[in-house]
Amino acid sequence: MAGESDKPTLAQIAAQFINAIPHSRALGMEIKDVEPGLVRITMPYDARLVGDPRTGVMHGGAVSALMDTCCGAAVISHPKAPVTTATLDLRIDYFRPATPGQTILCEAHCHLMTRSAAFVRATAWDDDTDRPVAAANGVFTLSNVKGKN
Amino acid sequence: MSRKPVEPLHIVKQRRDAALKALVGSIPYIEFLGVEFDRHGDELTGIMRYSDHLIGNPVLPALHGGATAAFMETVAVIELSWRFFWEDIEAGKIDASALTPETMPRLPKTIDFSIDYLRSGLPRDAYARARINRFGRRYASVHVEAWQDHREKLFAQATGHFLMPARDE
Repeated sequence: MAGESDKPTLAQIAAQFINAIPHSRALGMEIKDVEPGLVRITMPYDARLVGDPRTGVMHGGAVSALMDTCCGAAVISHPKAPVTTATLDLRIDYFRPATPGQTILCEAHCHLMTRSAAFVRATAWDDDTDRPVAAANGVFTLSNVKGKN
Repeated sequence: MSRKPVEPLHIVKQRRDAALKALVGSIPYIEFLGVEFDRHGDELTGIMRYSDHLIGNPVLPALHGGATAAFMETVAVIELSWRFFWEDIEAGKIDASALTPETMPRLPKTIDFSIDYLRSGLPRDAYARARINRFGRRYASVHVEAWQDHREKLFAQATGHFLMPARDE
C-alpha cells in the first residue's frame, strides 16, 4: 500500500471502519486490501460459526455478514464517499458450501455512486479461487450528516 | 367406534419441545447469534437476544445488517426444517429425545437470500417469523419478517429460496 500519499490514509480509514464494528470484529474479519471503491476482507473458519453440524460447513449468515461489511466498506472507500452509509437492500446467491477449515475472502466493488444511492457487487471465495462460494448485489444509502442515515 | 385415545398434554408438549430443542441446539451458529425460538403449536417465533457483539454501527447505535440477515436466514431454515419433520415427530417416526447431529434430518440449503432493510435495528431484542409460500419436494420459497418493539413496524424483511433435502422413503 506504500507509494501514493493518499493510500495509507484510505487503508487507515478502512481499518478503523472494521475495528469500530463489533459484529465484524466478533467474526474475526480483517481488511486485506483497499482501493478507491474496492475492498477485500477475510473471515477465518470458526467452529462457532458452523451452520450444518453434519458437514461442518459455516452458516450462510456468517457469509452474509462478511459480504455486507465488505460492501459497506467499498462504499466508504469510494472517492465520493458519504459520511455514513447503511444497507438498503442486499441479495446473496449461494453457489456452493464453503469448504470447512478454509478462510473466506470477499471482494466488493462499489461500481456506481449516484446522489441518492451506492450500488455494490461482491464475490466470496475459499481456497479454490476458480469457484466462488457466493455473490452479492447491494444498494446502500448515503448520508452526509453524522449519526443519521 | 373406537377413537384414538387423546394424548396427555404434557406428553405432546414434551415431544414437540424436545424436537425443536434438538434441531436448534444442533447448530452452533444459532448459539453464537444468541437466537432462541418460541413455539405455539407449530408456529415458531425467532428471538435474537441483544448482545453488544451484534452491533454494526456503534455511533447510532444499530444492529449489524449481517446479524439481521443471519437471524432471518436462520429463522427461515428452522421454519422449513420444522415443517419438514413435523409430521414425523407427530407420528412418532422420529424419536426427538434421541436425535443427534448425525441422526438429525438434513437441513435445507440456501440458494439465494434477499434482504430488505426498512429501518435500522435498535440495540435490543429482535423477533422474526417466517412464512413458507411454497414448499415443494425440491424447492421452497420463504418470506421472513423481523420486528422489534412493534409487530407492525418491521425493521427488515427477506425472501429466500431453498433446496430441500431428499426425503428418506
